[in-house]
Amino acid sequence: MEYTLRLGDNALILGQRLGEWCGHGPVLEQDIALSNVALDHLGQARMLMQYAAELKGEGYTEDKMAFFRDITEYHNCLLVELKNGDWGKTIARQFLFDTFNYFFYTGLLQSKDERLQAIAQKAIKEITYHAQWSAEWLIRLGDGTEESHKRVQKAIDALWEWTGELFEMDEVDEKMCEAGIGVDLAGVKQQWHEKTAEILEIATLKKPEDGWMQKGGKQGEHTEYLGYMLAEMQHLPRMHPEASW
Amino acid sequence: MLTENQIWQYLEEVTDPEIPVLTVVDMGVVRQVEVSAEGATVQITPTYSGCPAMNEIEQNIRQKLKEEGLEKVKVETVLSPPWTTDWMTEKGKEKLRAYGIAPPEGSSADKSVLFGKPKSVQCPNCGSKKTELVSQFGSTACKALYKCTSCLEPFDYFKCI
Repeated sequence: MEYTLRLGDNALILGQRLGEWCGHGPVLEQDIALSNVALDHLGQARMLMQYAAELKGEGYTEDKMAFFRDITEYHNCLLVELKNGDWGKTIARQFLFDTFNYFFYTGLLQSKDERLQAIAQKAIKEITYHAQWSAEWLIRLGDGTEESHKRVQKAIDALWEWTGELFEMDEVDEKMCEAGIGVDLAGVKQQWHEKTAEILEIATLKKPEDGWMQKGGKQGEHTEYLGYMLAEMQHLPRMHPEASW
Repeated sequence: MLTENQIWQYLEEVTDPEIPVLTVVDMGVVRQVEVSAEGATVQITPTYSGCPAMNEIEQNIRQKLKEEGLEKVKVETVLSPPWTTDWMTEKGKEKLRAYGIAPPEGSSADKSVLFGKPKSVQCPNCGSKKTELVSQFGSTACKALYKCTSCLEPFDYFKCI
């Protein structure tokens, strides 16, 4: 349950974050693009949270998972909750996360858990599409104007310390990996480094060195940014728990 | 009691809320129909995991079968195997083209989508192959935006996944 919920949290929080761009994109097409990506993430979050709720039992539902858990009960990685920043930062985060997600879900296709495998089969098509889109945008910005190059390089440098957590194996990861359900993050890490190096080079950007890395999201220790997001996302169902339309 | 064949026929009259020229059968969204003593079970599968039309499709199926006198209808969502554009019927693809949306080209097994070149898409208005991608994402999750460089019309392309 914990493993599934973490994946659901990653998808939900990133989807919610990207949704903030809706109506604010630099041009209409890319506004729509990010809203579409956000929608895919929310769809994946629903599938994962429905499953997590079933595993948990006790009358849990996907909505209860999303709207009635507090910040310390959210176990998403920190990268996805960071503020959007400018277009360059949003693209840089999306590129770093999509590339991880692509290799992660490719691994999850082999999961011995049938339900997770089915979700992965569905999600990988969308994730592949996202990974292509954000890589193309990274190249466009990196190899674009002097200003876009400068901004996206700054974003990559600033975000790098948040990427280490993606590959951290804790007890839950180890256990799921041993059971053949989860994905070995060491393998994903290598593939991720190769792919990001390749794309960053095409984008004429410098790949930062791995240094000290932020962590704690998986254990429920979050940045202050998540609190504000949850407050906005959750206030309606908490004020009116029976609300529907 | 209706037979499975009859139900399939009725489902041919349930249209997609976002692309009303297509029926849910054309789309390949209906996976299975089963009739038992307890009623009918219709299995549907989402095109995209976040497709907002799924709830409405479910309701419309229920409504249609109710109108035909079938009260006990269970609509189940199944994820595996995942929907692909290969399941869209030929008739459905023709209807899309006539409606002004370019149907998916080729097979979904083609992985050129990943860090590859976009494939050439035929303009649904003038038939020209001289078209270019404007944006990978279009008006709904299942479409991309293209432009024809022959007749200059922009058009939606049903993405091949």
